[in-house]
Amino acid sequence: MVNSNLSTFSDWSFNSALAIYLVVLVLHAAEYGFTRNPDRKRELVAAGGAEVAPDLGTTITQGRTLPERLGRTAVSLTVLAAVLHGVSLLLRGLATQRVPWGNMYEFGSAICLVAVVAWLVVLRKHDVRHIGAFVMLPMLLLLFVAGKLLYVEAAPLMPALRSYWITIHVSAAILASGVFLVSGVASVLYLIRLPHEADPERFAVMGPKLPAAASLDRLAYRLTVFAFPIFTFGIIAGAIWAESAWGRYWGWDPKETVSFIAWVIYAGYLHARATAGWRGSRSAWVNVLAFLTMIFNLFFVNLVTTGLHSYAGV
Amino acid sequence: MATFAFLRNTWRGLTSMRTALVLLFLLALAAMPGALLPQRLTAGDKVGKYFEESPNLAPVLDRLGLFNVFGSIWFSAIYVLLFISLVGCLIPRTAEYAKQMRAKPVLTPRNLARLPHHAKSTVDSSPEDVVAAARERLRGWRTDVRVEDDGSHTISAEKGFLREAGNLVFHFALMAMLVAIAFGKMFGFEGQVIIHAGDAQGFCNSGIYAYDSFRPGLRVDGTELQPFCVRVNDFEATFLRNGQADSFHANVSYQEAADLEAGTWQQAGLQVNSPLRLAGGTVYLLGHGYSPRFTVTFPDGQKRTEATQWQTMNTVTLLSQGATKFDPPGVTDPEKRRTGQLAVTGLFAPTAAFEGTLMTSVFPDLRDPAVAVDVMRGDLGNESGKGQSIFEIDKSMVDGGRLKKVARQNLRIGEEIALDDGTKIRFDGVGRWVGVQVGYDPGRLGVLIAGVLVLLGLGASLSIKRRRVWLRATPAPEGAESARTVVEVGGLARTDQAGYGEEFTTLAADLLRPGKER
Repeated sequence: MVNSNLSTFSDWSFNSALAIYLVVLVLHAAEYGFTRNPDRKRELVAAGGAEVAPDLGTTITQGRTLPERLGRTAVSLTVLAAVLHGVSLLLRGLATQRVPWGNMYEFGSAICLVAVVAWLVVLRKHDVRHIGAFVMLPMLLLLFVAGKLLYVEAAPLMPALRSYWITIHVSAAILASGVFLVSGVASVLYLIRLPHEADPERFAVMGPKLPAAASLDRLAYRLTVFAFPIFTFGIIAGAIWAESAWGRYWGWDPKETVSFIAWVIYAGYLHARATAGWRGSRSAWVNVLAFLTMIFNLFFVNLVTTGLHSYAGV
Repeated sequence: MATFAFLRNTWRGLTSMRTALVLLFLLALAAMPGALLPQRLTAGDKVGKYFEESPNLAPVLDRLGLFNVFGSIWFSAIYVLLFISLVGCLIPRTAEYAKQMRAKPVLTPRNLARLPHHAKSTVDSSPEDVVAAARERLRGWRTDVRVEDDGSHTISAEKGFLREAGNLVFHFALMAMLVAIAFGKMFGFEGQVIIHAGDAQGFCNSGIYAYDSFRPGLRVDGTELQPFCVRVNDFEATFLRNGQADSFHANVSYQEAADLEAGTWQQAGLQVNSPLRLAGGTVYLLGHGYSPRFTVTFPDGQKRTEATQWQTMNTVTLLSQGATKFDPPGVTDPEKRRTGQLAVTGLFAPTAAFEGTLMTSVFPDLRDPAVAVDVMRGDLGNESGKGQSIFEIDKSMVDGGRLKKVARQNLRIGEEIALDDGTKIRFDGVGRWVGVQVGYDPGRLGVLIAGVLVLLGLGASLSIKRRRVWLRATPAPEGAESARTVVEVGGLARTDQAGYGEEFTTLAADLLRPGKER
């Protein structure tokens, strides 16, 4: 029933992707580390009055600096890893003849893939490559937990999950969660950058190199605005599925409850950004809190409490 | 007057965005214990366990309603206040929106260069032509053309009204959803019942008594249920080699109101994820289990056969426990009857494995069924007036010495136990039962429609941008070398979402070159 060759290839593919992401993380971290501090440059100009001396050692041929070369390599490798990552999910699906998100390993892995793709899309429009390490780190943590701690052998779905709604409901949850992850990272960075902009002494190490607070805020908002309707759709699709599977569309099962809470907090974030007194860091905190609720929903509810969604567990 | 001011201020406070936001976060916070603590609604048994484990804390939490968060007064208070606040916010917004729909786009500002988006050029066409071309280009926008005192022609245009419409639809749909949910809760019900496969009687939705458990809506007393009957002809479960369930399928016959009169039955398949939808309610397959069948041959030769459902103890191996009870036949004297009642109680394994005489189950399917049972004789306590579980014997009867163990044995199908008085108890075989839920919720469709509207409204309000564009075509001053026209374009996005720039750039490029457009 399960093609074990394909599932073995899927595992290889997954492990390769994981290893490459790790390299990406290191490259991005180095890129960030070697990026010149823009504030210091300004100080030098102010102090010396003359042109800044060329940065010896970091300027390489072709006019690209070392950090830029590191970052570009990292992005190319990210694309490669994302392809392998996608292949690992595809092979899982082919091996089991079902959608490749039937348990927590596959679900977590798919969320990470969405986060990576969302990140690559963000890169096309925004000049934020040098903060790649901050996106890769939480993504890799999640991927590691999913792949190494929650791994399960490829197997068919249990009867309760056999419905075309698993394609609709779960894929919406994956899509939204992956995009929310990148949005959450942008808000965390915003919360570091904002106080730094007000007072350069605060977060003096990390702050200067981060993108401007206003653009981080806008990025976080646009990603959440994209993901929130998908999340809403996922919850509604889940309710329709629950109606035909469990005899009620909503029953305050722990997963349903925490999804409701996350939805309310995200709704709060969208409102907070338009409310006097809540703009800025307060609303960013709300966005971060909402993402933490999503993480809580993924791990705590599936692994600790026992509800109707627990079968998706380990 | 002071009262009025107080009321007005309270209303203003309640309907302000800040209050709504605080209520929203309060709602999220209040729902949290519903996920962290077991709830009576979904896990009544775990609430009981919590009481046993924390006998000091549990009653306190219970008094605060923390085991029934979603039915508690404080939770209801939060969402009722939130919705009142919402009404107070939506009514003026709807009025404002209706007014805006009728209003013309605002006058072109004097200085377009001050706007966030701005472009300028000089063209050969006359101001009239520029504005005419612009009007063509701005099809789909709400436009207004004006001629200013100095002879300039202007056009003001606005687009994205659907954003606010989507916003209003989203919020109104949320309220409609709450109403539909409440309606369903008032007039709906939920009942559970166990049906034996092959049982000719089946189950009829004729009253509350037909159910094993029944949760009525506030306005349901069980007298107005729409009748229907369901029979389970057979039930099949298949399992993977590792014991994981693969499929459940029940062949059922059912009668709706018309069939009941005609006496006809219709056939259907009942599966997980595929319920049987009838006018009187929807029938869901929620569980299954085994009912071992025993035949007792009494000393006088009379036989009685019973197959009571046993309760599944282990959901993986389907090891079950239960008690099948017998009354001695033909005994009318209640005193005598109370000394000769029998109960066969113990464990059932669909695929038995033995460790000495200890039996366990190693697989959920019927590969090698066996029972490990005690036979109890005496007074079962049926007439004591106390309610009795069908899954166990009344322990107090055993403790009081009125019900005694007379045999303990493991049996495979066909094997029997002989008691000292000549009574024989045979394990005949195994039947299957399915647990079904009947749900009736007249608000369901309303909730679905509201849900779709929520989604549509949300999509519109988050994706559509409300934006404005103005154009002013000013004729060149008298005496200029050629009759050229100065065209200025300005743009403003009225929402906090960025991203108008690109659209404005292409739009301005078209507007500033009216000749090349066609």
